[in-house]
Amino acid sequence: MLYRETSQFKTTYAEDMAIFPIRQDRIALGVLLGIAFIGLPLLATFHIWPFGGDYLLWAILLPFLILALAAIGTNILVGYCGQISLGSGAFMAIGAYSAYKLATGVHIPLAWLGFAISIPPLPILASILLGGLAAAGVGILFGIPSLRIKGLYLAVATLAAQFFFDWVFLRVPWFTNYAPSGSVNAPELNFFGVVVQTPIERYLLCLTFVTVTAILAKNLVRGNLGRQWMAIRDMDIAAELIGIRPLYAKLTAFAVSSFIVGVAGALWAFVYLGSWEPLAFSLDRSLDLLFMVIIGGLGSIMGSFVGAAFILIVPIMLNLIPTELGVPLSTETITHLQLIIFGSLICYLLIKEPRGFARLISIGKEKLRLWPFPY
Amino acid sequence: MANIARNLLILAAAILSGAVFTAPAAAQNEQFIPILSYRTGPYAVNGAPYANGVADYYNLINERDGGINGVKLLVEECETSYATDKGVECYERLKSKGPTGAAFVNPLSTGITFALTEKTTADKIPIITMGYGRADSKNGAVFPYNFPFLGTYWSAADIAIQHVAKELGGFDKLKGKKISLLYHDSPYGKEPIPMLQVLAKKYGFEFTPIPVTHPGVEQKSQWLAIRQNRPDYVLVWGWGVMNSTAIKEAASVAYPRDKMIGVWWSGAEPDVTPAGDQATGYKSLMLQHGAGRFPVHADIEKYVYAKGKGSTEPGKVGEVLYNRGIVNAMLGVEAIRKAQEKFGQKPLTGEQVRWGLENLNLSDARLQELGFAGMLKPIRISCADHEGARDGRVQQWDGKGWKVISDWYTADEALIDPLVNEVSTKYAADKKLQPRDCTKES
Amino acid sequence: MIALGQFLEVLIGGLMSGVLYSLVALGFVLIFKASGVFNYAQGAMVLLAGLALVRALDLLIAQGFPFWAAIVLGIGFAAAIMATTAWLIERLVIGPLVNQDALTLFMSTIGVTFVLEGAAEMIFGSDVYPLRLFPTDAWFVFEGLFPGGILINKLDVWGALIAGILVAGLALFFQHTKTGRALRAVADDHLAAHSVGIPISWIWFVVWLVAGLVALVAATVWGTKLGVQFSITFLALKALPVLIIGGLTSIPGAIAGGLIVGAGEKIAEVFLGPSIGGGIEYWFAYVLALAVLLVRPQGLFGERIIERI
Repeated sequence: MLYRETSQFKTTYAEDMAIFPIRQDRIALGVLLGIAFIGLPLLATFHIWPFGGDYLLWAILLPFLILALAAIGTNILVGYCGQISLGSGAFMAIGAYSAYKLATGVHIPLAWLGFAISIPPLPILASILLGGLAAAGVGILFGIPSLRIKGLYLAVATLAAQFFFDWVFLRVPWFTNYAPSGSVNAPELNFFGVVVQTPIERYLLCLTFVTVTAILAKNLVRGNLGRQWMAIRDMDIAAELIGIRPLYAKLTAFAVSSFIVGVAGALWAFVYLGSWEPLAFSLDRSLDLLFMVIIGGLGSIMGSFVGAAFILIVPIMLNLIPTELGVPLSTETITHLQLIIFGSLICYLLIKEPRGFARLISIGKEKLRLWPFPY
Repeated sequence: MANIARNLLILAAAILSGAVFTAPAAAQNEQFIPILSYRTGPYAVNGAPYANGVADYYNLINERDGGINGVKLLVEECETSYATDKGVECYERLKSKGPTGAAFVNPLSTGITFALTEKTTADKIPIITMGYGRADSKNGAVFPYNFPFLGTYWSAADIAIQHVAKELGGFDKLKGKKISLLYHDSPYGKEPIPMLQVLAKKYGFEFTPIPVTHPGVEQKSQWLAIRQNRPDYVLVWGWGVMNSTAIKEAASVAYPRDKMIGVWWSGAEPDVTPAGDQATGYKSLMLQHGAGRFPVHADIEKYVYAKGKGSTEPGKVGEVLYNRGIVNAMLGVEAIRKAQEKFGQKPLTGEQVRWGLENLNLSDARLQELGFAGMLKPIRISCADHEGARDGRVQQWDGKGWKVISDWYTADEALIDPLVNEVSTKYAADKKLQPRDCTKES
Repeated sequence: MIALGQFLEVLIGGLMSGVLYSLVALGFVLIFKASGVFNYAQGAMVLLAGLALVRALDLLIAQGFPFWAAIVLGIGFAAAIMATTAWLIERLVIGPLVNQDALTLFMSTIGVTFVLEGAAEMIFGSDVYPLRLFPTDAWFVFEGLFPGGILINKLDVWGALIAGILVAGLALFFQHTKTGRALRAVADDHLAAHSVGIPISWIWFVVWLVAGLVALVAATVWGTKLGVQFSITFLALKALPVLIIGGLTSIPGAIAGGLIVGAGEKIAEVFLGPSIGGGIEYWFAYVLALAVLLVRPQGLFGERIIERI
């Protein structure tokens, strides 16, 4: 009843092709953004339930936003272009370490040429974006094999990137500014004079990044480039026959995806962890991202958010619930139970809806349109 | 379809109820202490006995003494699986529980320590890293909230080399010797390297670091290289499965086990038992204490295990890592007691407990009272020295148990301090921190 | 100049450890061949099999059974556990997911991994359990030719022997039994096999069972090497490059891939590692796999992929 598009007439082609052709969707999105940008920070500022402490902001919302960003990046590659990647964690690491190097100043002594390349410390925003670009560059490089290798073989090949960069950031002291332990600290988060410090500021910063990226990504996948990616995903030989260059389409997907993932990595390191080591971007991270994309729905920006929420929050909840309800179980048992239940949930979801939450949402929308008179 | 919708609804309800219950009513006269432990995952083998020791000691304080001066200890455990992001989540979950928030945290992971250092300072909650953590945090002027009690990895490196020198018959004998470091490729394993390089330069031995990739199940190439290179000593900086694998591989290339010296995290029962007889002769440093039972264990048996409240099998009470757990818990409890002298006998905030930690001073007599005589030497913390003591011994596995084979060694502050100052000053500069003036701290 | 003796030693050691990886990779190949599922849970299955075996052994020996009887009963118990697991996985996960794309199936096996890890540790405990079935010391051969001789680990030899027997057994099973032939038919085209009356779900159960038994064999060797503990699940990651080099569908490929990866990574680590910092063998195996794939996108022994529109 509420979700009807009767009397919403479209008179131009542009109106028909709008991102959200239905008015209710636009309102819903506006409300959602309003809550995210204004409502939650207000609640948090005045410590109104459920924002008693920083827990919700620090431990749930902040990682959720950053991982959702990374999931959008992964989704562009896996969901839109159909190239399975298990190396997303590595691209997060590249984003993080490049941004770190740029923010603390780059110095490459080229002794044999008799001079050195020195870049003074860059502002933090520039570092993060350039960190993303660095990840994009490496992404293109590791995307080249995708022209020849497909499917699961490609997935395992991307593991080469994962393990190689795990090693590089551990072993090459230049990347960590010769820190004795190999663990590095984020520089001060100074955005044009505003120092981001409190959880609320950090949350708003990440939210801005995520919103901007999500809108850009949504438009990108609706456009020419996105349609090329999807054509390649659906059948690459057929796409080639109708004039799409696989080289261009695949490498742009790798570049855009790695850029977003790289920015997410830089945020994860700078804003969430503050101090990190390569283990923060291990294979587990890559697998998590792939899960977010698949559970959320391949080829859906909205799905990336839902998937990120699911993969991040469900294990935490499963872990919290027994303690909060006072069930006398040891942490060991709880963790094992959490693994069992979470694993079963994943299998259950994959069996019941292999196309993920995005599909459930669109079915829900269809039903809502007809509600309450489905005939 | 309806089926899924219903299930999702149930899930959502469960999640919501979880959120509702996160604000529990706490009794007023309780001091909250979080335990960040890992009883699952690749390092569970070593994480579990430690967590058992910590939990049992807090239980003992509650059961025997009714808390600290009447303030009961409220404890909650959170599983980190040795993963940094889970550790951060656990910390955020537990830091503001109880009437006054967490008294302190001890994450038992160098990675989590690095990630928490900044957060704990901002939240004013001390972080106790007994025998691990960042070596530069010995400098309390720069790291007011970090307490690497009893020894950092730099102290450990120095003690290990002192022992090698003693076995060889003097520091001058070190010249030209080959010493390799087999290390876990992570901040934990890399910490000792700068100290060992300093020592190598000072004494003229040849130092080779050999990394082992996490988790350390595959070390054949490393040991084949050792077999060729024949170092005079191999220091082992491992954790979990890496330790026992190192011993087994050493046996298979016939490298003498008594030329291997593990750090104090590579010298517990789970590290040697999987290797069976092959581990006989293997040596490791001791973080002061070793295995065995002391008066405090009798109390734990009497007040905790006799009431069926113990967290492990009684047979495991007194193992190396279990003992490390109770030592860690005891130091935290004594710091709270010290802080109560100043701030009153009530639940204290992390900031107040920090004062107690910084002014902790345990004499021999006090250790005797606490039932720790023979396990620990006196310890005294100050603003400039958050480590408190840097003594260690060496123990050897005889096939059945650990035997102490050396006297006490004390790490050389004159060697360590310049490095501590250099690194911590750099940290302060990076973070734009103004170090405290330790002469003005009371 | 690299000493020939050391080179031979590293080469032999590498080849041998490669065979141990192959033991794990074999399980992957069996399942992929028959059902197109890339089974990430193979590592967790090794853990489960190992835990079941070692716990049963400890219990039986404590009950006073003689060693050989305990071994037989323990292996029987572990095999029963693996059979139950195979049946459950086929019933609850793989069966319902039939005809989904490879990625979904792959992710579902990661879900299965979580369940198996949680369940195995909850039931059998998360401590480290020593297992001593094979000798773990070493021979030193050609001591006259090279100073110090060439080291050969006895456990590795046992592992190679067992892998050889396993491959021969599997070949016989596939070639000469009715079930084996049905398996090959399903692997070729499961719809066609179904239409001529081969019971698909039974065949898949058999495949998962065989993979479970292969995991049990791998667990005896790796459990002796490491002690049975959680870290055994990391073997799956060492087996992946082996699998890719050999080709996902070839049993001899798994062995050949293992030999290549083992020898390649050990030689790289020992001779190349020190000059660039060491610890390179993990990624070296994957880079090797990537290089092989660039030349042969289906692995050395994999079936040719033919695409039609």
